Amino acid sequence: MSFVPAPISRFFHRMASPPHFYCLTNKLLPWLTVIFILLLGYGLYAGLYLAPTDYQQGDSYRIIYVHVPAAWMSLFIYVVMATAGAIGLIWRIKLADIMVICSAPIGASFTFIALVTGSLWGKPMWGTWWVWDARLTSELILLFLYLGIISLYGAIEDKRSASRAVSILALVGVVNIPIIHYSVEWWNTLHQGPTVTKIDKPSIHIDMLIPLLVMAIAFKFYHLIALLQAAKVELLKREQNSQWVKTMLESET
Amino acid sequence: MKPARRNRLLLILLMIAGVATAASFALKAFNENLMYFFSTTEVTEGKVPQGAKFRLGGMVVKGSIERPDNGMMVRFVLTDYKNRVTVEYTGILPDLFREGQGIVANGRLNDHGVFIADEVLAKHDENYMPPEVADSLKNPEEQP
Repeated sequence: MSFVPAPISRFFHRMASPPHFYCLTNKLLPWLTVIFILLLGYGLYAGLYLAPTDYQQGDSYRIIYVHVPAAWMSLFIYVVMATAGAIGLIWRIKLADIMVICSAPIGASFTFIALVTGSLWGKPMWGTWWVWDARLTSELILLFLYLGIISLYGAIEDKRSASRAVSILALVGVVNIPIIHYSVEWWNTLHQGPTVTKIDKPSIHIDMLIPLLVMAIAFKFYHLIALLQAAKVELLKREQNSQWVKTMLESET
Repeated sequence: MKPARRNRLLLILLMIAGVATAASFALKAFNENLMYFFSTTEVTEGKVPQGAKFRLGGMVVKGSIERPDNGMMVRFVLTDYKNRVTVEYTGILPDLFREGQGIVANGRLNDHGVFIADEVLAKHDENYMPPEVADSLKNPEEQP
């Protein structure tokens, strides 16, 4: 890999080494938690209190501040998970395998939150809890993909082959991501079209948009915290017999 | 890159390309079924299932909402800015139902070409703004 500059490739090699990853994670986690709490506090206050009411939906639209970031995260985490799966399959990096299986429950939770808040929003606005339109159905399939990955991993005894199997499943499921994103444009749906990603004409007022973006960043930080915590535990479980874990535990006690 | 890794990379890319092709063919084949509703133009052109239930989407024409016998039955006209279809519905309308609003109705056509709806859902748009901004944007000439 001569086309990658040496410092960058060295950084990735160091990150892929379990002891180095473990130490770095321990140092990063408190900072990430502080940033997350600050962003979440401001985002919720600004979204639920400071932002103006909507011309059409009144105050009910405020569920957007949970629903939309959760839905974005459900797609984002899937892409991260599938990328980690590809890296794990190609370069056989242990840490990438761990990232795949640790991402799945977080992604499943965000998908579940997006579906439930969407349903709570749909009843007063549309007049129904659930419809089988393209957007809602493809998002439900995403939840089943996440759950499938979790169960497939649990069903295979040998964790190395389990990781390989779930990575392939995750990569196959990637095809659903553009379908979810473009479902509202390709087909007639009850779900409305995209608001924020429309570049030519912003269709959300700036005072409403800023809290939404703050919440989205806060959710990203939460994802990072949850992923690193889970990865740490999984790493210790898998490496429990290795020398660096023993030395580290002895030095801590 | 080592040959073994390059082969695995190619294999993965090939797999994704294959799945994407299969999915796009499947979606193309089921395109009609994936449409959540028919437009009013499809109704006037006779492209909708005859005698069966289907969903009809469109904008409620301004000034078309009426209650002919002052009861629960409401009659309004839907448009996609090309063709219009009259809809009759008996029941409670969602909060967002109003003139100029996009809605989706579920029901069937009767012999006179009137759509008899069993269910009316409101489709809200992707715009979010404070009421003052909405008022200042309102253009009286731009009405369906």
